[in-house]
Amino acid sequence: MPDVDVIVVGAGPAGAAAALEAARAGRSVVLIERGPFPGSKNMYGGVVYGRILDDLVPQWWEQMPIQRWVTRRQTMILTDDQALTVDYRTENWGRPPYNGATTFRPDFDAWFAERAVDAGANLINSTTVTGLLRDGNRVVGVRTDRPDGDLTAHVVIACDGVNSFLAKEAGLYHHDGAENYTLGVKETIALPRDVIDERFNVRGDHGVDIEMLGASPDVPGGGFLYTNAESLAVGLVLSLPALAASGLRPEERIAQLKAHPAIAPLVEGGEVKEYSAHVIPEAGFDMMPELIADGLLVAGDAAAMCLAAGIWLEGVNFAIGSGAAAGRAAAVAVRHGDTSATGLEGYRARLESSFVLADHRKLRDAPHLVMSDLAQQRLPALACGVVEQLFTVGNPVPKPGLRRIVRGEMKRNGVKLRDAAAQGWRALRTFG
Amino acid sequence: MSAESYPEMSFEARMGTVDFRIHERPHITLDDRKCVDCSVRGCITACPANLFVPTADGGILFNYEQCFECGTCYMVCNEEGAITWTYPDGGHGVVFHRS
Repeated sequence: MPDVDVIVVGAGPAGAAAALEAARAGRSVVLIERGPFPGSKNMYGGVVYGRILDDLVPQWWEQMPIQRWVTRRQTMILTDDQALTVDYRTENWGRPPYNGATTFRPDFDAWFAERAVDAGANLINSTTVTGLLRDGNRVVGVRTDRPDGDLTAHVVIACDGVNSFLAKEAGLYHHDGAENYTLGVKETIALPRDVIDERFNVRGDHGVDIEMLGASPDVPGGGFLYTNAESLAVGLVLSLPALAASGLRPEERIAQLKAHPAIAPLVEGGEVKEYSAHVIPEAGFDMMPELIADGLLVAGDAAAMCLAAGIWLEGVNFAIGSGAAAGRAAAVAVRHGDTSATGLEGYRARLESSFVLADHRKLRDAPHLVMSDLAQQRLPALACGVVEQLFTVGNPVPKPGLRRIVRGEMKRNGVKLRDAAAQGWRALRTFG
Repeated sequence: MSAESYPEMSFEARMGTVDFRIHERPHITLDDRKCVDCSVRGCITACPANLFVPTADGGILFNYEQCFECGTCYMVCNEEGAITWTYPDGGHGVVFHRS
């Protein structure tokens, strides 16, 4: 008999959800975390969309450790000295059941893993899993860096993050080239609460989420700025191969962003409290590994389930959704006495019937569209150029028509009507 | 956008904001004999902790201690086998701040 029913590797949101659901189904669960506490290795922008917790933690909004509820959301399109911003605010996102919240991952992840512990999972911190134990092709447990650290189980759920050496060791990854990944870099900048309230025009525990296109002109990616209670999170997401070939380092790019005329007044005077970095699986559906093997499931960033679809930037909710599905599927398989890949197929069915794979399948083209040269380089200049001309009063010259402005800006930015139409059609099919 | 217009902190001060529990075992090692022929040397630009420093003799000097454990270096590495990458021993390495 194995030591336990289920081993979950990694106590991030995916792992905690998997452990929570397997334990709630009555299975014995060990949740292994390599950091000194859950969340200690984890970093994101970031915002958590909490509705995925409805089924897992009743009244989660009363206990989740948040910084601010996002009630104001902006999309900014930047050139060197221009910014076009779409700004939306709603009080609905500031009351139950809320929408997005800024939170520190070491706070959120530790809190959520504690829910798994409450359900009966055994959390073991400060323990690095160094490999899989196998019996033939079948995964039967994990090797850890503890003395006598082998541990066996009916099912191993790999929630070991974006680098997932477990999924790679099991041969499940086929699209893990650098082109499918981005680097996220961030500064947490301390500012007094009332200064943040004033600069961002919010009150109480309400806050702002700003996403930027054109924030790092020569490297595909995007920028972000989020309000915490008494700090800002400012950073960039950068395509790995383009960054590596660019010659300009990540922190220099953050400095450039912070000096942008639209951003500088928001961050000035703040002191950097922490600099941090993490790699993101950017390519979505098209880079996902095989999710199931004999005795093994893969969830969260380890399964590339981060959604980087331009106007939607989500990850923690996909991690929780996939982790919970893995935990439930593992529990059923153990109960039925078949934890082979066939016995674990319920995992895929659960993902297919939920937002996790439905959204990813629908938006599989989105990461490519967003990272394209047209979206990254030409669209910001084109959009800002059109708006600038539209609102520049050039008397005594009469106002030009919108069509003439657009045509002129397209020509100036080297955008062919045919390409724009093709890309627009692709975008409509993806997002529509 | 010009970086000069914003008073920036030194890189040392920047990394000073991050907590590390350093283990004696280097969890990443670099065989920089392989770097001499590398035309890309993407690690030097991309590593967010700036742990890869070119040397006068065409090699690359590497120190594992202030590592974010992000994976950027081995992903952008152009030379098979130059970087050997593992996670630090349990409880060690980077520890991000609670609020």
